Amino acid sequence: MEKIREIVLPGEEIILGENKPGNGIYVENGKAYVEYLGVKSIKSGYVNIIPLSGRYQPQKGDKVIGKIVDIMSSNWVVDINAPYLAPLHVNDTPWKVDFGDTSKYLNVGDTILAKVMSVNEVKQVWLTLKEPGLRKLQGGHIITVSPTKVPRIIGKDGSMIKILKEMTNSKIYVGQNGIIWVEGTTESILKVVGAIRLIEREAHIIGLTDRVKEYLSKSKKENDVE
Amino acid sequence: MSKFTESVVSEIKKDYIQKLLSQGSRLDGRGADEYRKIEIINNFVPRACGSALVKIGNTQVLVGVKIEPGEPFPDTPDTGVLSTNAELVPLASPTFEAGPPGEEAIELARVVDRGIRESKAVDLEKLIIKPGEQVWIVFVDIHVLDYDGNLFDASALGSIVALKNSIVPASKFNLGDDFPLPIVHYPSTVTFAKIGGNIVVDPNLDEENIAQARITVTTDELGHVHAIQKGLDGTFKIEEIKNTISMGMRIGNKLRNEYIIKGD
Amino acid sequence: MSGMKTDIKLIDENGKRIDGRTFDQIRPIKIEAGILERADGSAYIEWGGNKIIAAVYGPREVYPKHMQDPSKAVLRARYNMAAFSVDERKKPGPDRRSIELSMVISNALSSVVFLEQFPRTAIDVFIEVLQADAGTRIAGLTAASVALADAGIPMKDLIVGCAAGKVENTIVLDLNKEEDNFGQADLPVAIIPRTKEIVLFQMDGDMIEEEINRAMDMAINASLQIYELQKDALKRKYFNIVQEDELQ
Repeated sequence: MEKIREIVLPGEEIILGENKPGNGIYVENGKAYVEYLGVKSIKSGYVNIIPLSGRYQPQKGDKVIGKIVDIMSSNWVVDINAPYLAPLHVNDTPWKVDFGDTSKYLNVGDTILAKVMSVNEVKQVWLTLKEPGLRKLQGGHIITVSPTKVPRIIGKDGSMIKILKEMTNSKIYVGQNGIIWVEGTTESILKVVGAIRLIEREAHIIGLTDRVKEYLSKSKKENDVE
Repeated sequence: MSKFTESVVSEIKKDYIQKLLSQGSRLDGRGADEYRKIEIINNFVPRACGSALVKIGNTQVLVGVKIEPGEPFPDTPDTGVLSTNAELVPLASPTFEAGPPGEEAIELARVVDRGIRESKAVDLEKLIIKPGEQVWIVFVDIHVLDYDGNLFDASALGSIVALKNSIVPASKFNLGDDFPLPIVHYPSTVTFAKIGGNIVVDPNLDEENIAQARITVTTDELGHVHAIQKGLDGTFKIEEIKNTISMGMRIGNKLRNEYIIKGD
Repeated sequence: MSGMKTDIKLIDENGKRIDGRTFDQIRPIKIEAGILERADGSAYIEWGGNKIIAAVYGPREVYPKHMQDPSKAVLRARYNMAAFSVDERKKPGPDRRSIELSMVISNALSSVVFLEQFPRTAIDVFIEVLQADAGTRIAGLTAASVALADAGIPMKDLIVGCAAGKVENTIVLDLNKEEDNFGQADLPVAIIPRTKEIVLFQMDGDMIEEEINRAMDMAINASLQIYELQKDALKRKYFNIVQEDELQ
């Protein structure tokens, strides 16, 4: 059975019961309270608050899509829609980059599919491109969604993203940070973008999967875009 | 992030927008001569003499008009005064910084002002209190609230709508009865962006960020042109300028009939 | 208090104030969360004749770099009035009053935000007064708190406030414009609703201790009612009933 849950706000008290306080919960005088706007979730004995808004909070191992916003002699600076810009060091790429040659490989404005290699206690991030599949992205289109909607766009076990890819015959990478890259024909890109905006708007309404399928099977002329 | 890193445009987006344009379409499905959804809330600030909140797509601009007695300019002792200012407040965009108006805010204010002033929209000669000594000063203050491209048209539209519905508060200063601000012309402003070889009207933020050049055309209901401003550091061909002027007139007319002259 | 004099009676023989309220009534308030696209969080408040927008950007990297605090985020609130927001047109730009209000609001908000979670960043809060009608700093702070929650910023609690004052020797709640101009004292207060700890407290005018205590109690009680409006605004925007198996 699916459980229905309500949103919680900063300062609201959380009854832990036998559970321990997880993400988004602070303890004061033995009582637990919510830190940020979100939804309560209980998993493996921990109570966590899943955020409903806010910038991307990086986790080790996340695949993210970022934009190069600055270049230094041995690293690039990447915007991943998080509180901090993320450095990408030449040693964490598959290339042999000579000192000062960084712009030959990646330039300001380029887009990369990268992985979060590590996150320290104050949430500063280090990225890597040194894994198969990670690379500079070219062509296609980029859209941004709230990182909090990413799980819905991917769906349980990737079910939703599978529908999007198959019904439009397009390539889609969804970064955990809410940046999404789509490649395909102009028409299929438009459809994917429209479907993603639909998911964003109606994520909370039952029957989403069916509505997305219905949307994707209509012709281009019948749909609103972006 | 600094103002510069915040405004880096992704190459992918740039290429995609240009690709779509070459196929005759835009990111949001609009045609090259189409505006986003326009919404105007008149009298949003009832305590001002006139005001209008304009939304064009996600861009939101609030224009307020205040009218107060003051001294005329020495070279025009028998006309009222029009003064236009724009504030690009930091809440409207991560690229706006707090501080006195920069060149973008100043260009915006002066272009909007030019359209109102040169079209003689406000009958300044009817705003004399005491010839040579006291006249009505009309302050038009543009307050940008949410920036998603095309501040010129949103600000100009807000300004003329706010002015059209403004009341001169004479009674407050014991200078007679209140009366409507005399408006005799209705300037309408249309902005175009040039992207690759394509010209599109009402650029949204993404389009504005990659545009090489921009042109703003203000025309009135008689078909006269009163202000033109080419912006950004790219170039236009002569033909393109001529086309945008006549399109500006045609589209400007449409906007004027739908949003400016229409009764409230 | 501006020390201005008036012939109007601010409170009549039945205890009614010029806008019809009794001494302990607050003006109508409406709050909406998430009304701007670009900002990370935002809120709009109408409080009596006040119309104020608050927006949050952050946490984000600080520029210039020398303004960074290596141990925590810097919360900077900027209170600004639009030129057309007041009776006599105000020249745009910060004046001494705006700077003081920005500071007391920054301090109030900083006391509840978990700044240590984001060292070297800034959390920027912008408050734009579009129409002013007395009590703008409290209304602005109340909206700013909603905007911070809307932006997902981790906090101990929302903060909320109300002003009380003294008018014709009576302690009244939530001064309107005339009472602010011609009254005898003004006391804005803001609190952390859960604990009733005080995060903003100012007084301006002429009151005895007893009057201050009364005013403070009234203001704090009213604040708790306004807190419900803040929560309601956020819940309405995120009317989000989420199904378990779709997450994580």
